[in-house]
Amino acid sequence: MTDHRAPEIETQIVIEPERYELHSPPVHHFEIDRRDFAKLVGAGIAVFLISKGALAQQQQGESGGRGGFGGQSMPKDISAWLHINEDGAVTVYTGKVEIGQNIRTSLAQAVAEELRTPFESITMVMGDTKLTPFDAGTFGSQTTPRMGPQLRHVASAACDTLRELAAKQWNVDAARLVAVSGKITDPQSKRSIAYGKLAEGQALAKAIPDTDPLVPTNEWIISGKPIAKVDGRDFVTGSHKYTSDMKLPGMLYGKVLRQPSVGATLASVDATAAQAIPGVTVVHDGEFVGVAAPNLQTAARALAAIRAEWKPAPALPNSKNIYEYLKANVQAGGGGRGGGGRPNTTGSMEEGLAAASHKLDATYNIAYIAHAPLEPRAAVAQWQNGELNVWTGTQRPFGVRSELAGAFHISGDKVRVRMPDMGSGYGGKHTGECAVEAARLAQAAGKPVKLEWTREEEFTWAYFRPVGVIDIRSGVSGDGKLTAWEFHNYNSGGSGIDTPYTVANQLIAFHPTQYPLRQGSYRGLAATANHFARESHMDDLAHSIGMEPMEFRLKNLDKNPRVADVLKAAAEKFGWGKSKPAPGHGFGLACGMEKGGYVATCAEVSVDGASGAVQVVRAVTAFDCGAIVNPDGLKNQVMGATVQGLGGALFEAIEFEDGRVTNPKFSKYRVPRFKDAPDIEVVLVNRLDIPSAGAGETPIMALAPAVGNAIFQATGARLRSMPMAPNGVKI
Amino acid sequence: MSLQLSTSSQRITELQINGKPYKIDAAPETSLLSVLRDQLDLTGSKYGCGEGQCGACTVLIDGNPRHSCTVTVGTVGQRPITTIEGLEHDGKLHPLQQAFLDEGAMQCAYCTSGMIMTGVSLLKTNADPTEAQIAEFMQGNICRCGTYPRIVAAVRRAAGAMKSSAKGASR
Repeated sequence: MTDHRAPEIETQIVIEPERYELHSPPVHHFEIDRRDFAKLVGAGIAVFLISKGALAQQQQGESGGRGGFGGQSMPKDISAWLHINEDGAVTVYTGKVEIGQNIRTSLAQAVAEELRTPFESITMVMGDTKLTPFDAGTFGSQTTPRMGPQLRHVASAACDTLRELAAKQWNVDAARLVAVSGKITDPQSKRSIAYGKLAEGQALAKAIPDTDPLVPTNEWIISGKPIAKVDGRDFVTGSHKYTSDMKLPGMLYGKVLRQPSVGATLASVDATAAQAIPGVTVVHDGEFVGVAAPNLQTAARALAAIRAEWKPAPALPNSKNIYEYLKANVQAGGGGRGGGGRPNTTGSMEEGLAAASHKLDATYNIAYIAHAPLEPRAAVAQWQNGELNVWTGTQRPFGVRSELAGAFHISGDKVRVRMPDMGSGYGGKHTGECAVEAARLAQAAGKPVKLEWTREEEFTWAYFRPVGVIDIRSGVSGDGKLTAWEFHNYNSGGSGIDTPYTVANQLIAFHPTQYPLRQGSYRGLAATANHFARESHMDDLAHSIGMEPMEFRLKNLDKNPRVADVLKAAAEKFGWGKSKPAPGHGFGLACGMEKGGYVATCAEVSVDGASGAVQVVRAVTAFDCGAIVNPDGLKNQVMGATVQGLGGALFEAIEFEDGRVTNPKFSKYRVPRFKDAPDIEVVLVNRLDIPSAGAGETPIMALAPAVGNAIFQATGARLRSMPMAPNGVKI
Repeated sequence: MSLQLSTSSQRITELQINGKPYKIDAAPETSLLSVLRDQLDLTGSKYGCGEGQCGACTVLIDGNPRHSCTVTVGTVGQRPITTIEGLEHDGKLHPLQQAFLDEGAMQCAYCTSGMIMTGVSLLKTNADPTEAQIAEFMQGNICRCGTYPRIVAAVRRAAGAMKSSAKGASR
């Protein structure tokens, strides 16, 4: 096997990985060892999906039913595969991971549909670098539009294979056989045979290109249904084992010494007292200092006994002056969406502004916020004969494998990363630092080590949604047509930066800058920030020309009917324009599109006259992501996005000074709680004629501007910073 | 290996959990959560913050919801502790566990144990809580996935189920 360490790009890029992912070929050619493979899956039928480019080189890929796993090379560029065993159980292998977004269920629905087998017969093996095909990671709303169809193709081909096997057995034409509920049936002779029976004694490996026909969406019988979360019972009984719940024989507990501020470096370390504690292993390797001990209490005591002196890093900006810092520290490499050096320009801003009857300049600030997944980072690491086994909560098991291989100078095939379904991530768990730390401690201790980050470590040493500044300059004609649109995003990112509105003259640019705190992906990435700025600005423009905000948007959405449709759907459900808000209340709306999803939110807020406290009373979100795979899971995602979006909209912000996060606790960093949740209504626009897009991210984007626009209506105050009202609105 | 913390006379050696005595060995200042998870492998109770702010570690002590991350084992004595593992009886889920499944009231489900324990405690003192009362009582439990409306619906559903089964039993 060749060196599996990824090029630098894979481990270094944390910010908005999909920008790079979408135009990078897979960096791995993952080869499943044949002996391992046969041992793992046993007899039965396996079907592999081979990516198109690789198929030409894989002439041997189709084994034709003889020889099976023993006689053929296993295809290299497998993107998905499944196995049917002799009792009819179906196991599906995908590198995607379950983080609460419910794909363990929705992907199994897709397979059951195409394989025409009961949903209950499907087991998903996910995010195990030894068993599942390479996958760049679970982010960017890619699972449903990409992995969904791939698994459908595999399942569809498996179904064809079963039909052919039955045809051979009965000596009839396969075309007349039908597959229903895990059986192949011959309608003429009324015979039927279960999939498990057909798999008996087989060792069949079939490789297919992804061109097999799929079940048309209007014939779906399992997809499109609100099937309940797989393994739900394990979660309500507390028996599901998250990484943080794991225990291996002889396992030690780890703790890591953290620097007092960002960028501080070790001047000296004295670990004599810690080393003297029985059972304690101390590791000091470069800037890394950590301990492992038989229990957490002893580990904590050992860590506290270490004396370290630190050299602070040069001064960094703080959460008050960060916005000036960003604009003063622009880096090369900006441009339109995703960077690339040049802004997206159409027409001429000069002409557009000259044609305008009203012009507006405004600046919007976006604070750093934390993902704060309820399960902080955790990893269990175990070394055996020079090979490393790691269990960890991550959205990128293969990325973590690369990080581990790089950190320990071993090849990727010596590292196995497994991802137990985790206590979520929201884009915040793309990296493997906790796994690397646990593995370093386990290496030194010669025993398995579990490392669970504390809440404070998770708040301080993970990474944040990027801070940002957005400048908009615009012009509009007296009859409500946009004439000019100039949009500059500093540091927060390029997702959702393009306007869905028709404007003849535009200049849209993303400007990377230097930044003080570690930053990276987040649910929806910069789309929330860009929509907040754009939709707040649109609201101001509508008011400046005395036009009703929805009418103004529709007038400029003439080339974007799907955005217009969700806007109308949300407005209708909300009763937009039907009534006036009560005193102290306001209504607002916002809309947009990103990652193949179309979203609009109407919000009602109340603002307390005395305290200025903002309560979102009601939120209606309409969402269109093409054909709906699981309407219950989708509603759950839209509802959850609404609640989570409220935090960043109103009160979440990381505060920092002198390189220290000063609010790294739930008692100091406010997240949405029960009483913050509004009355939420979700309108799902089911477009069976359009392939399914992802839904984990886009439903969060319109909430903040809708709330901001509602606050404006309630109070006349235009709030241009996220969070908008950490201490209420000053009226 | 863990005997070096303090003298054996001070150590806590037994807890009453889910109707059974459990042998433990812990210094009195050890958090109940750590003992449940690390010594007894009762990992349904979760660590989320360590400061009693998120509710993921909620257990019942004497029937009252308590943050086991801030309760030390030295203060518990022989009072009965109920954890999420103790709700299911003879393979039958507690009505609130069932209601969480029926309402799909979870995403990543890391908060679910604590939510259910808090909800069970509420239903003991208020058999028919309003939505506002549920929100008030459960304000100390965080769901970062944002499933609050479904959790409220699950508590309401469980209240209904418990009322009708109580009616059935009294007939």
